[in-house]
Amino acid sequence: MNGLQDVAHFDPKILVFLCNWCSYAASDKAGMAQQAQPSQIRTVRVMCTGRVDPQFVLHAFRKGADGVVILGCHPGDCHYKEGNVHAIKRHLLLLALLRQLGIEDQRCRLDFVSAGENDRYVRILSEVVEQVRVLGPIHFPRVD
Amino acid sequence: METKPKLAMYWAASCGGCEIALVNIHEKIFDVMDSFDFMFCPCLMDTKYHDIEALADGSIAITFFNGALRTDENIHMARLLRQKSQLLIAFGSCAAEGCIPGLGNLSSRQDLMDRIYRDSLTLDDHQGPLPATSTGVVEGNLTLPEFLPVVKTLGQVVAVDYSIPGCPPESHQVWNCVNAVIQGHPLGAKGAILGGGRSTVCAECVRTRTEKKIRTLYRTYEILPDAETCLLEQGLLCMGVVTRDGCGGLCPRVNMPCTGCYGPPEGVLDQGAKMISALGSMLDLEDAGEVNVDDYARRMDVLLEGIPDLAGTLYKYSLAGSILGGKRTP
Repeated sequence: MNGLQDVAHFDPKILVFLCNWCSYAASDKAGMAQQAQPSQIRTVRVMCTGRVDPQFVLHAFRKGADGVVILGCHPGDCHYKEGNVHAIKRHLLLLALLRQLGIEDQRCRLDFVSAGENDRYVRILSEVVEQVRVLGPIHFPRVD
Repeated sequence: METKPKLAMYWAASCGGCEIALVNIHEKIFDVMDSFDFMFCPCLMDTKYHDIEALADGSIAITFFNGALRTDENIHMARLLRQKSQLLIAFGSCAAEGCIPGLGNLSSRQDLMDRIYRDSLTLDDHQGPLPATSTGVVEGNLTLPEFLPVVKTLGQVVAVDYSIPGCPPESHQVWNCVNAVIQGHPLGAKGAILGGGRSTVCAECVRTRTEKKIRTLYRTYEILPDAETCLLEQGLLCMGVVTRDGCGGLCPRVNMPCTGCYGPPEGVLDQGAKMISALGSMLDLEDAGEVNVDDYARRMDVLLEGIPDLAGTLYKYSLAGSILGGKRTP
């Protein structure tokens, strides 16, 4: 359906949940280093990826996000010991549910970025923006 | 001249169980008759649509509206009854959150039509006519309501004053609501849930809960759970943790997991997402010491084989009213 031109013109909106203890600092570091970052992202700081209720992700899609990214501490490094482990399990279940609702895995990514990994932060977000740009926009049943 | 306030009950896309829940208040139905002029209920009596259209606006005191909105006839009746009623109450899970008809939102209208009128194994003619809003026959023109692209809840189309959860609502809860009206008790803020609690089914469940750790998920036919332990801990996907109380915890009492018919509890918008949240904390995938995402994904795939229809399980009653409302549309 999408011609090449449509892909080039589609500007996806990506909502990014950042863990206060790691990826938020990486984002800050990328900013201070004046690294080029995709302009399609909107960030939300949370205290832990374990705080990201799957309802938040669904709400983001309902409100017009074309992709959602959750960036937490590497496994074993969680500030609260196992918040990111809960996040991994939730995310695997959520992906299975989203697949059944017609949402591709690439639109909802959980990944791990420590406070020093500003390059990795920029790389992951750039990848998601490009993947979602190819996938195109999504729509849900109108309920109003 | 009849001066009692008028009571109506209408069914849209529903099964008739809500009407049974109402008459299951048994002899108390006479109290209802004493207090109300029960004047419209297509399941039980023969009042016509044009009788309702002829009424002045707001002349029905209370309308219990059950059923989801699947056709444009359902939408028309929702709007008409909203106009004619002082209180419009979403009665039961279908009207409140879509219920079983709402599972239609996992398929497109085209898929549903093909499945029923083209692909069904028991059809004689796989190329027969599809239902149409207007069909010419020798006797004249036959009309049918339009089948809408998605199922909607009552509250998504008109303003709803109150909702009564349940599939169907428990009769004692129906009576509590009706009696409150008869006695003139306040019903609470507009939009409130009547006939349900504020907590979860676990609050009414008699089973013993310890630390929840689930290593395997079973379907109900696969195991015979013991009668004392929490069903979720035994590996049955009991939705009680994310379902409003008010039913009395009936299913877990008879060794069946809760399937979630009372809808999400207070403060939860999306039953399925909340269940994922809960399962994420309970599922025990930690075999080895080190957390490895790929190992977790493999273990999760094995677990999910035990749930062939995840969306249908997590949103058995609440898909149309959930945050996304169903499968994405093209």
